[in-house]
Amino acid sequence: MDILVCIKRVPDTAENEISVNSSGSDIERDDLVYSVNEWDNYAVEEAIQIRDKVGGSVTVVAVGDSESEDVLRREMAMGADKGILLSDDAFEGSDGKGLATILKAEIAKGKYDLILTGAQADDGAGQVGGMLAAMLDLPFASLVNLIEASDDKKIKIGREIAGGQQEISEIDLPCVLSIQTGINEPRYVGIRGIRKVASVEIPVRGASDLGLNQDSIGAAAAKVSRVDYFTPVLGKGAEILEGSIDEKVDKLVELLKSKGGIK
Amino acid sequence: MLKDVSATLVLCICLFAMVRRIYLPKRYQVPSRFGQDKSNETLLMLFLIVFLMAADMFFEGSFISAQVQKGIGLNKILIPGTGVWVASRLLSQTPIAKLQSIYLNAYYFHDLAFFLFLCLLPFNRFFHIMTSLPNLFAMKLKKGAIKPVKWGVPDDKLEEIESFGVKKFEDFTWKHMLDFYSCADCGRCSDQCPANAVGRPLSPRFISIKAREYMFKTYPIWGKAQDVDKPLIGSIYSEDEIWSCTTCGACEQECPLMIEYIDKIVDLRRGMVDEGMVPQSIQKPLSALEKRGNPWGKMEKKRADWTKVLEKENGIKVNLIEKGDAADTLYFVDSITSYDDRMQDIARATAKILTAAGINFGILGSLEKDSGNEVRRFGEEMLFQDLKSNNIEEIKNSGVKNIVTADPHAYNALKNEYNDIPPIEHISQTIVKSVKAGNIKLKSIEDAGKIYTYHDPCYLGRHNDVYDDPREAIDAIPGIKRVDMEKCRDRSFCCGGGGLMLFYEPEEEQRMSVLRVEMAKNAGANVIITACPFCLVNMEDAIKVCGMEGKMESIDLAELIEKHIA
Repeated sequence: MDILVCIKRVPDTAENEISVNSSGSDIERDDLVYSVNEWDNYAVEEAIQIRDKVGGSVTVVAVGDSESEDVLRREMAMGADKGILLSDDAFEGSDGKGLATILKAEIAKGKYDLILTGAQADDGAGQVGGMLAAMLDLPFASLVNLIEASDDKKIKIGREIAGGQQEISEIDLPCVLSIQTGINEPRYVGIRGIRKVASVEIPVRGASDLGLNQDSIGAAAAKVSRVDYFTPVLGKGAEILEGSIDEKVDKLVELLKSKGGIK
Repeated sequence: MLKDVSATLVLCICLFAMVRRIYLPKRYQVPSRFGQDKSNETLLMLFLIVFLMAADMFFEGSFISAQVQKGIGLNKILIPGTGVWVASRLLSQTPIAKLQSIYLNAYYFHDLAFFLFLCLLPFNRFFHIMTSLPNLFAMKLKKGAIKPVKWGVPDDKLEEIESFGVKKFEDFTWKHMLDFYSCADCGRCSDQCPANAVGRPLSPRFISIKAREYMFKTYPIWGKAQDVDKPLIGSIYSEDEIWSCTTCGACEQECPLMIEYIDKIVDLRRGMVDEGMVPQSIQKPLSALEKRGNPWGKMEKKRADWTKVLEKENGIKVNLIEKGDAADTLYFVDSITSYDDRMQDIARATAKILTAAGINFGILGSLEKDSGNEVRRFGEEMLFQDLKSNNIEEIKNSGVKNIVTADPHAYNALKNEYNDIPPIEHISQTIVKSVKAGNIKLKSIEDAGKIYTYHDPCYLGRHNDVYDDPREAIDAIPGIKRVDMEKCRDRSFCCGGGGLMLFYEPEEEQRMSVLRVEMAKNAGANVIITACPFCLVNMEDAIKVCGMEGKMESIDLAELIEKHIA
């Protein structure tokens, strides 16, 4: 099975203190460290596991500047066979639809049985997967937390529904799936692994390579544009429990029960 | 004569061992997950020894009886109570002809048993009789440092190594294989192992025993080797088993044959890291260490933030080498003491002690990265090498003449695994020196009613033999009452582990630190003094878990001393 996974380089939420810059136009980016979007990492692990089971290949693709090469390499160190970087100044400022357009142009050039994206990105809106499927005219399932690849016509997928129940669906191949965290336990990639793939060439494709017109991508084509960032004012609702430890515990349990936190 | 006495002793000891083997104490029984009990094999070997001794006694005894009956003088001094004496008395009425046959048969059966024993020897725990001396001769002499990925390959050539660590049995070094043969299966390691004590899936004894059984099975005497190159993880060892080790070193300290465990565990972890088999709970801190130089992913520029309060409240300005300040002594703070709200108190206490002692010191601030002691012990060698070369370079650039730290893990890494840096000492050593020199004067203990006990951190005590300095520092406080716990000094009981171990979620029945707090209570103490930030984290947690708040407290050595500076 030939699998393509779309990945994104994002500021690592665990290792950064995110704050809004003074003008409110963006977050403070001076001291950020970046990594591969967590959901995408699960998607790549899943793709590798499927490939190891049924054969085929795993390709990872990212839209971004030259620094996105790092995350492509990281996923190749994990076990992806090939990386492709889609990079062009013209891509800058694209909205979700623009990004889906760029990815579609690349995907349409190859032949993939399965296309995976993360369910969302740390800095995104969770929209590219669905749009990509629509543009490719392929079936789509979101928030997938289980994949059973049996034959090359159909696969079974699972999704968690309310109350921790599991729902299983069947979907025709080729298809696009957006992957939820927890679908697997992604393997560790150490510095050594990344250095091993340091010299593997990663092809870079721009707008002209993909046959994209300026009017479908970039800031000019974006129909959604960001207008502001701000830190919300702290609301009311915080409650400090009083009393002895036992009383506090009882009150907390009661509260959690009444709000549906525990059964 | 000497032989008669020793043979009698051997006989008695082996009989005792057989009885003990039959009524095996529970802690020496083999849990089914670790394999099969080998008591029958051991009983056979013990029986052969008993038989050898008995045959010798009847051989000699029959001869003596014959000499007595014939009225010839004895050819040796017969010591009453020895086996030979017993045998000669038993045979005193036996006719000469019969004695002759006993004499000859005892000789032949003794020989037979002897060679049978020799033939069986290499196939079980008794082989240590042969291998233990060479094993002792080949033991690693450098304590505190982990073996290189491959002996003979320098750190800057690491990238040329094809595969890291131990993935299959054949990846072990010959010395480690000799260790497996040499294990006498006595169980002392597992008796001391804190992971075993709290029910984690690790028992060091079975690291050796399972490997030895694997060797016998895979490379049989007759027939071809089978199942060679099988991955060890998933076959004889489990992932959790290998991650359960805190590298406290209690097993190695106790082993009479100097069998190494930490190096094997680390080599197995290196293999797992290379294959991507790292628990999710440890992946995040490792990635943070790679990007930010600390396991919490906190900003580098905030590494020296703990000094701000010190300047504001105590007027002590710590020299920041990152800002171009100069210093004679470098205080290497390390990650937890730099960033953890509670542990920053240790940093401030240390800074106050250094100031009081008149030492011109500074910190690297954002230039400092984690010492990497646990990064290396968790098998991420390349990341350790990166952290190490960063720190070595910054330390060299700083131009300091010596280094001090209050974190035993940093102390261990800098002392034993970093090269070309100025000498390092632990704050307890600095305190003792300063008190002796009269640079620091200590006032009487504040709360004279309290009884203190000192918990030896593994990386200060066992790994670096610093047992007396912290005790001397504590005892320098006039009027302090200090008791030692039963398990102290080189038998100290690990708090649960530091560094990345804080992030690991083990399978266990209870926390190590909870057991430790109970030990302190049993010693009659109500204050546990630690000299390691990780020990303090674990002790403070355990006191809460046990519900002993108010009855037991814990404090770092630096904090205690700082409180008593006159």
